[in-house]
Amino acid sequence: MLGDMPAVSATPVIEFRDVSYRVGGTQVLSGFNLQVQSGEIVVLLGRSGSGKTTSLKLVNRLLTPSSGEVRVKGVSNAEVDLIRLRRGIGYVIQDVGLFPHFTIERNIGLVPKIEGWPQERIRVRLRELLQMVGLTPEIASRYPHQLSGGQRQRVGVARALAADPEIVLMDEPFGALDPLTRDELQREFLLLQQRLHKTVLFVTHDLREALRLGSRVALMETGRLVTVLAPEEFLRSTDSLASAYVRAFGGDLESAANRGTS
Amino acid sequence: MNVFRFILQNHDQVIELTLEHLRLVGFSTLFAMLIGIPLGILIAHRPRFNKPVLASANIIQTIPSLALFGFLLPVPWLGDRADRLAILALTLYALLPIIRNTYTGIRGVDPAVMEAGRGMGLTESQLLFQVELPLAVSVILSGVRVAVVISVGLATIAAAIGAGGLGEFIFRGLAMVDDRVILAGAIPAALMALVADFSVGWLERRLQPQ
Repeated sequence: MLGDMPAVSATPVIEFRDVSYRVGGTQVLSGFNLQVQSGEIVVLLGRSGSGKTTSLKLVNRLLTPSSGEVRVKGVSNAEVDLIRLRRGIGYVIQDVGLFPHFTIERNIGLVPKIEGWPQERIRVRLRELLQMVGLTPEIASRYPHQLSGGQRQRVGVARALAADPEIVLMDEPFGALDPLTRDELQREFLLLQQRLHKTVLFVTHDLREALRLGSRVALMETGRLVTVLAPEEFLRSTDSLASAYVRAFGGDLESAANRGTS
Repeated sequence: MNVFRFILQNHDQVIELTLEHLRLVGFSTLFAMLIGIPLGILIAHRPRFNKPVLASANIIQTIPSLALFGFLLPVPWLGDRADRLAILALTLYALLPIIRNTYTGIRGVDPAVMEAGRGMGLTESQLLFQVELPLAVSVILSGVRVAVVISVGLATIAAAIGAGGLGEFIFRGLAMVDDRVILAGAIPAALMALVADFSVGWLERRLQPQ
């Protein structure tokens, strides 16, 4: 069992060190500290405006901290070449953001192509990725507008995984899907993670999703980290905000926390 | 009809003036695209240049064309040859629709697409050439189409400063009070505008992203 636990001395894959972010006169994030270990899924949970999306964008430098630093694999991300940094981090967003003028094949293969992979390797990788996210190979020649919302987000995940990044950032990736499709994608995402062991930072406002997917849940409120808890601990937490969440989402959360891939 | 007989009898001259007209419109549209598209890209990315650039292009558009041709006449190298001057003036007039549509087209690209592209590590120039321009191309072309149609009409006035083109017939016809001569200039010019409108429109639809 010890093998499953991240060693305490290991360098965190993502680390926020006293990070603050201000824009205009607004303090969006203050004194944020968090470590994400290799292979974990850390879920940032909070309501709109709590700073969770901001935290995510600080990792791949879509935003730059006002103070403090974000370290990726032990190095401050400000010191890494911006393009190299981003190509090494998968990024999945709620609106997916597929390139509407590219086929699915080109969408998924874009970064590998820019990285100079030979065509045959890209083709093999494309087949592998489509299968991984549960899509049929015929879909490769279609355009994004010909796909359903669930299929588009599967492509979004495949595209993020294309160049096999160690880190994946996910910003409410399943938020816009109908409940049935969301449930399906959550389950498949966990199955995928059991094989791939990516280091994932995942943003959601849905407690049920957080408990199901997270190795740990980081609760945020008005730009501050309130607490970081394992899903089972979260349900028993005496923290007032955590228990407010549990009350708001009502019963049967135990099963969400234990449900995982079932 | 008298007009057509006149055109047939003078077909050499009609063809010559049509080619001159095409040359004025062609060069000025080309220059306006070479200047206007980069300017449109600039103001789409750097909003603080937005107002000054669009305002300047707007002001140029408000200058009466005959006055603009006249103003440019004393400019040294330009004034030496009327066609240079006409091309410059037509270029200036064509700028506004091209700049504005380039700006609109690029700003119209879905922000989620841009964010995803940026997040996956595309450089700014990869974003521009692989994402923004292909998605904006049909909007940009519809600006070019407007510019061409305006230019075909405006170029007839260039004959007033001796730059040639189909305006020659129109001015001559006005002086002679002969409708046939006016129409010998006006009909080919109108046809040219229609053909340009249709062909750029066709290109626009062909290049429309899925």
